[in-house]
Amino acid sequence: MANESTQHHDIPERDYHAPKSNYLNWQHTVSSWLLTVDHKRIGVMYLIAISVFFMVGGIFAGLFRLELLTPEGDYLQSDTYNRFFTLHAVVMIFFFLIPSVPATFGNFFIPLMIGAKDVAFPKLNLLSWYIYMIAGVMGVTLISLGGLDTGWTVYAPLSTTYANTNVFLATITIFVSGFSSILTGLNFIVTIHKMRAPGMTWFRLPLFVWAHYATSVIQVLGTPVVAISVLLIGIERIWGVGIFDPALGGDPILFQHMFWFYSHPAVYIMILPGMGVISEVIACFARNRVFGYEFIAFSSIAIAIIGFLVWGHHMYVSGQSMYAGFVFSLLTMLVAVPSAIKIFNWTATLYQGNVVWDTPMLYAVGFLGLFAVGGGTGLFLGVIGLDVPLHDTYFVVGHFHYVMVGGMVMAYLAGLHFYWPKITGKAYPRLMANIAAIIIFVGFNFTFFPQLVLGWMGMPRRYHSYHPDFQILNILSTTGATVLGIGFILPVFYLLWSLVYGKDAGSNPWGARGLEWEACTSPPDPHNFHEIPVVTKECYSYTGEETVSV
Amino acid sequence: MSSAVTDEKNEFLSAHFQNEEQETEACTLGMWLFLAQEVMFFGAMFCAYAVYRWMYFDAFLAGSQSLNWVLGGANTVFLLLSSFTAAMAVHSAQTGNNRKVARFLWATLVLGAIFLFIKWTYEWPPKIQYGVFPGMNFNPDAHHYPGLAAFADKGHLQLFFWLYFVMTGMHALHMVIGFGVILWLIWMANHNHFGPRRYLQVEFFGLYWHFVDIVWVFLFPMYYLVT
Repeated sequence: MANESTQHHDIPERDYHAPKSNYLNWQHTVSSWLLTVDHKRIGVMYLIAISVFFMVGGIFAGLFRLELLTPEGDYLQSDTYNRFFTLHAVVMIFFFLIPSVPATFGNFFIPLMIGAKDVAFPKLNLLSWYIYMIAGVMGVTLISLGGLDTGWTVYAPLSTTYANTNVFLATITIFVSGFSSILTGLNFIVTIHKMRAPGMTWFRLPLFVWAHYATSVIQVLGTPVVAISVLLIGIERIWGVGIFDPALGGDPILFQHMFWFYSHPAVYIMILPGMGVISEVIACFARNRVFGYEFIAFSSIAIAIIGFLVWGHHMYVSGQSMYAGFVFSLLTMLVAVPSAIKIFNWTATLYQGNVVWDTPMLYAVGFLGLFAVGGGTGLFLGVIGLDVPLHDTYFVVGHFHYVMVGGMVMAYLAGLHFYWPKITGKAYPRLMANIAAIIIFVGFNFTFFPQLVLGWMGMPRRYHSYHPDFQILNILSTTGATVLGIGFILPVFYLLWSLVYGKDAGSNPWGARGLEWEACTSPPDPHNFHEIPVVTKECYSYTGEETVSV
Repeated sequence: MSSAVTDEKNEFLSAHFQNEEQETEACTLGMWLFLAQEVMFFGAMFCAYAVYRWMYFDAFLAGSQSLNWVLGGANTVFLLLSSFTAAMAVHSAQTGNNRKVARFLWATLVLGAIFLFIKWTYEWPPKIQYGVFPGMNFNPDAHHYPGLAAFADKGHLQLFFWLYFVMTGMHALHMVIGFGVILWLIWMANHNHFGPRRYLQVEFFGLYWHFVDIVWVFLFPMYYLVT
């Protein structure tokens, strides 16, 4: 197989002649971007789109953190406050976290990492971007029509009967955005199965690819369930019939089951790709083979499988069977094991390695600490007896922000700073980037650690006013959010600056291993590789020879 | 995995694939993943059906007895026949007989249309007309639907019909999408597109159509044959 597949097949030498030509500059027209089927350009278009949505979601967060400076409901009425936290969640979850790493770095790097010219279905890939953008336009329309006030969970009968906002449009928006996610997942599974270069066996795949494989399985099998569930909510609202509304004969618990059947695994859609990034970054900056490669690879798969069996831990107080709660609690303990395996293995990789402190590594080490806190507090909440008093408090809010922001956003930023030189070909100012990383770490902890304490003290979530005793910690949290916001804005400036004034990064600025660094230029060629590479070594051979012979 | 076709130039091979075998395998896996996604999509509704049938069996029994199993049974036969013609279309495509592909696809389209005609003429409209459509105006007519009018628990009866309309509606929507694909495939067959190495589109349509058929094979006993 190796010999014949190395032949360079039948791609006509299109418009690029100069050796300096790359995927960014070989065509210039707007339509060459909007109609592109190049996974790299689609990844960049996703990067731009999700950055905008991240900003929108962040603005909502900033606005209601401002309200929470004082115990009274001062400038946001409860109704407006409900809309703001709902929109913050909807935008951040469906338009930032779920597509964040897979649709950007996954799209860009999976074909490069496995030695393919593109994903298996390039047109489907472009279609998924358009579906995402259509859902985005619907989301913006939703916001301008008054938003949504049910919380992102759209629980019945609040959403079907009592809410005064545009629930139908919201459910259709979620429905549509789901199909973008399904198409991306489907594309990645096929790409990873069928497009690998000669010699790229499963156990030579970078762990980034394993993590995306596990993510894609959840996307393909979980998303349709939430799509139909929210669609039923929407139809129920339009027609005034009850499939979930108890007043009309329905069962609201059933909706919660169907909703969380996807929406719990969805948190693994959000975190697994981030774990993939962390594996790459830690291996590179510890100059070491990842300790226990197979364990990390299979722990991703284990998370995807067990993750489908724990949804009931969102429903301990909803009226589901006590025995079901008991089983869900046990399974929740179980799903923590593979995540812990990853943390221990990354730590072991650092222990044996020669650590280089650079921007991506700062984020990665931040991830390790913050994700450990997020995972640990998750175990608290997985225990039924402890969840009952902590349910719907700020402890829950603190917990999932430690995972989603402390974990995933840190991993996303680690990936952004790690891959930026490859994507753009430019180096960014390291000192500025390191300062921003530290500001984000500090700001994050000031924002969310007080929330864990507040929740422990009993402050309920989703209210615009609170008991005056909670004020000091809330001021701390809002101050932290301000610092965090500044930290998030800094990369926008220095990364955009680097596009114009940055020095050329060179094809492998970090001395990293893997086809994407060793066999590609920065920015990569429009067709990725001039010759399809042959892989002869394991990945992460930082202590040995290079991984490829090109 | 080595294959003779690797070295042959194939004008239909997309540029990012190494050879035809890779393209075939990739597309086939993609199609099966799509079907897995469809199973989950319908699965959620089947789950809701199972829960509510278990909880409110009496209402489901009363609802089911008002449905005409003869119409449902006839439709099952038409749909199974259409699956047969779809399978024949795949076979014809594999042997490169484009005329037959078009004919069998037309047959599939006609049989599917008969199914929808029965549904849209004799099944849904009388229900909507005589108050068996769930919602604020749910009030079964005592003359046409005596069993339903006499049944006290109207709330859960509505639940039955709500699931009935959503699931058969979703099934019908999948059939209509299938019609669009059929017309596109007929157009391709008329341009002699298919042959022993280029039949995947028809094969994938066949998989899709069989899936839609199987969904109905479950829906029929679930809704028409509750005892």
